[in-house]
Amino acid sequence: MLKPKVLILRTAGTNCDMETEHAFRLASGDPRRVHINELVAKREVMASYDILAIPGGFSYGDDIASGKVLANELRYELGEQVRDFASCGKPVIGICNGFQVLVKAGLLPGFTPIDEELQATLTFNDSAKFEARWIYLKVSTKNKCLWTKGIKKLLTLPVAHGEGKFIPREKKVLDLLKNNGQVVLQYTDAKGKSAGYPANPNGSVESIAGICNPQGNVFGLMPHPERHLTKYNHPRWTREKLGEKGDGLQIFINAVEYSKKKKL
Amino acid sequence: MTETDKVSIINIRDQGDDGLLAISRKNLLALNLTEMKTIQDYFRDLGRDPTDVELETLAQTWSEHCKHKTLRGIIEYRSQTADGSWQSETIDNLLKQTVMKATAELNLPWCLSVFKDNAGVIDFTKDNALAFKVETHNHPSALEPYGGAGTGIGGVIRDIVGVGLGAKPVVNTDVFCFGPPDTPFDSISDSILHPKRIAKGVVAGVRDYGNRMGIPTTNGAVIFDPSFIYNPLVFCGTVGLMPKKYISKEVLPGDLVLAVGGRTGRDGIHGATFSSIELDKETEVSAVQIGNPIVEKKVTDTLLKARDLDLYRGVTDCGAGGFSSAVGELGESCGARVYLDRAPLKYQGMLPWEIWISESQERMVLAVPPENLDRIMEIFTAENVEATVIGQFTATKKLELLYNEETVATLDMDFLHDGVPRYVRKAMWQLHKHEEPSASRESRVAGQKSLGKILKQILSQPTVASKEWIIRQYDHEVQGGSIIKPLTGAVNDGPSDASVCRPDLSSWSGFVVSNGINPRYGLIDPYWMTASAIDEALRNLVCVGGDIERTALLDNFCWGNPDKEEQLGGIVRAARACYDAAKAYKTPFISGKDSLNNEYSLEGRSLSIMATMLISAISVISDVRKCITMDIKKSGNLIYLLGDTYEELGGSQYLALLGLTGNGVPRVNFAKAKSLFTSLTKAIGQGLVASCHDLSEGGLAVAAAEMAFAGNLGMEIQLADGSWQIADKDKNETAILFSESNSRFLVEVDPKNKKAFEKAMKGQSVALIGKVRKDKTLQVKGLGGKVILKENIAGLKETWQKTLRW
Repeated sequence: MLKPKVLILRTAGTNCDMETEHAFRLASGDPRRVHINELVAKREVMASYDILAIPGGFSYGDDIASGKVLANELRYELGEQVRDFASCGKPVIGICNGFQVLVKAGLLPGFTPIDEELQATLTFNDSAKFEARWIYLKVSTKNKCLWTKGIKKLLTLPVAHGEGKFIPREKKVLDLLKNNGQVVLQYTDAKGKSAGYPANPNGSVESIAGICNPQGNVFGLMPHPERHLTKYNHPRWTREKLGEKGDGLQIFINAVEYSKKKKL
Repeated sequence: MTETDKVSIINIRDQGDDGLLAISRKNLLALNLTEMKTIQDYFRDLGRDPTDVELETLAQTWSEHCKHKTLRGIIEYRSQTADGSWQSETIDNLLKQTVMKATAELNLPWCLSVFKDNAGVIDFTKDNALAFKVETHNHPSALEPYGGAGTGIGGVIRDIVGVGLGAKPVVNTDVFCFGPPDTPFDSISDSILHPKRIAKGVVAGVRDYGNRMGIPTTNGAVIFDPSFIYNPLVFCGTVGLMPKKYISKEVLPGDLVLAVGGRTGRDGIHGATFSSIELDKETEVSAVQIGNPIVEKKVTDTLLKARDLDLYRGVTDCGAGGFSSAVGELGESCGARVYLDRAPLKYQGMLPWEIWISESQERMVLAVPPENLDRIMEIFTAENVEATVIGQFTATKKLELLYNEETVATLDMDFLHDGVPRYVRKAMWQLHKHEEPSASRESRVAGQKSLGKILKQILSQPTVASKEWIIRQYDHEVQGGSIIKPLTGAVNDGPSDASVCRPDLSSWSGFVVSNGINPRYGLIDPYWMTASAIDEALRNLVCVGGDIERTALLDNFCWGNPDKEEQLGGIVRAARACYDAAKAYKTPFISGKDSLNNEYSLEGRSLSIMATMLISAISVISDVRKCITMDIKKSGNLIYLLGDTYEELGGSQYLALLGLTGNGVPRVNFAKAKSLFTSLTKAIGQGLVASCHDLSEGGLAVAAAEMAFAGNLGMEIQLADGSWQIADKDKNETAILFSESNSRFLVEVDPKNKKAFEKAMKGQSVALIGKVRKDKTLQVKGLGGKVILKENIAGLKETWQKTLRW
């Protein structure tokens, strides 16, 4: 059977596209890195892909606000194509800067196909600086995200960002997210309990690290699953017994498997 | 050539000595009298005076920064021998006689391109090579720390992108020397920035540039000392990955000069010459450039794409000297004609000479065969990268510059590149006697303070203390190849000896990057400072599993004004250590850099930095899965000390606590060290070592403490079980615990590997001196068997972390 085609969106300042491409390749997908100019020039191209990934980086230098410029490009240049892609249930993932883009483009929380008004934001860390560290993540039990399906264990992934503090617009939004099963990942301590800084590295409300849309196909997260694909990426592989597979890999496998089934 | 409102003719033919020097000074040319006279003779022969463009071009190309005139010049060197007599000799091209000579004599097949391109290149895997370069950006960082450091890292990244036909940057390393962060504000001149302000600005600059470029910063060091208050040191390094087939360039006449990337502005005028003279309060900030990492990222992405399609024949970056250096280098063997009015500018109104020497950032120059122009332009345009043809390489052996159809400069390439007169400089070296601790002074410290307190005091010194506050601001995971991280251990906060990365995610081959630096030893003898730095860089990489047989080195000389005989004498000593050590370890130098004139002129006095040698090392590893870390792993495991301990407290952290330098500088027995490193590399490769840490600042005590708190386990050490190369009358526990003798390691071994490990280390200096404890205390039993130090590891760690938790 044909491998699902993965569109890895690039633009000025994208810098995690190669390892994201590698992740999808390990997951048996068929990834291609595509510059946004190419998509804008040929809008119909997007529909020929099965999965869309917006990788990490500093798109356009994060000028104005993190992810904002690329978000607007998606919204105003490719709005129709992106909306169609997401609403027909194809998997979409935004990692770190990609998460910021999805939120600022209104694709997440995605109460409507593209939210007119932003329902949440990702803003400056409480520590007021960029920080890179490995953190623990709990996968919420009742989430409906296809990307994390079947993952029960505590995940260990790195974060590396200056603007990762998740804040919903108002309490109602937070309640909706919870009730809809849209909260996917939460920062915890080593034992899986919610905790303050640095376990929650940025001060996110309710330690939220990743959310999905109500359908569960659009997923955004601040941590980097593509940086933990083998156990040799783990910060303590020289001292702990670990499986060969890194914690981030299953996330990519899930989407590729889902697309394969969907294509059948 | 005629004078216009854009170009001045400068009368030098009729000038006397004073007039020539006045012209050099007025125009910030940093050319001395001999050089000005050489230029005068050249133009007298031509029968005309130079334009400002020509004079500026010569000044940039001939700058110390670009030409390394001192280290390649003639040095009349005299030195005092041990018996007090003086020896004299003449050294013709110090670099060639030392650093480069070692590489040539070793003649290792895996050194693919050394000392000729923007970076050194070594063999990596079947298809790929690694390029490595470390640069300094000291003066800009003193004036404008954020911009100075950012463009420092930006510049060295471009060196890598511009090596051969271009390499992909895969790792950054950054080493800084600052004044003490607690320097009282009223103790320094108001013409400079406070050391803490400089430190924070430099870290932020490196952070924002490196992180935005998506290059992991995985290795570094920070030294704090009052001698860096007026002139901090900022070293930025980058490793690049490139297919072997792209390691060299070949520019042909007819190739187009294509300027790619950022636009040209007035920022960074005179950077090359300004870095070659000492700073004072009048120094202008306009010499510092403004960086834009996103532009550089776009340039890198598209350039590598064009490389893989073989669309150009040469590339180099616009660094110091701007277009002048870049076009000059690429066209050195053929010639070039450039139309300065065609260069895209940030704003109008720039004079031709300003366009030509501006050091605006993020610019590369390519040599493109005309038939490839359309295709290469398509690649740049597709990703919004500006690229403009500004000229053509020629077969005239001349550099010709035009502005609005008028010729504004015509210089022979030969004169431009080889016309600079050799410097003849005097150098002198003698050993100075430094004050030793008197019994009373030492007992004042030792008597009132327990060994545990001394240990804590050393751990809290900014130079020794945890750099976590800095490290966490750098993305050290981007690109997904991080294997051994800068912070390691039970809770990811112990100090790694070196970092390991695999740049190609489809292969398990990787490389280690490490560094060695300890300028305090240089106060006693720059020879042993350099030998120690090399030994330290190698120790660090051996600790994580680097292969000593496949290791290359970079030097970075940072000194004061080389016109001072003793400064240059120190450089000679240091360079000779480079030769001796590289030969003995069989670790060739592949590239290097010198930054001289690190001085600040304050009220008529020149304040010089402590002479500093940074050694950076890179080693190729065939399987990164065999690497190890420095955190102890399991209670009951054995602790071995490898290497000999002498009473070498000169320049140590211990003597620094007493406010002293001392004289017993750590030396190196190269043959013994090489043999030990080789055996240890093998033992680690066989999986016999659970953890390994090198002994450096603070000696045995600090290394043991760091291993223990990184592993969140206790450790017990019995000094009576070691053999110490210290005369009985001086044999005391303080010397043993805090001596900084080189070539030593603490190693943790599982008891089940005891036999195999001891066999692997046969013939080496090995002592089983302790074991890992469960109870989370560090305990040292003295020579008499009594407990002389007992500290809980949480307390030690807190002391070590607190200092720089900003």
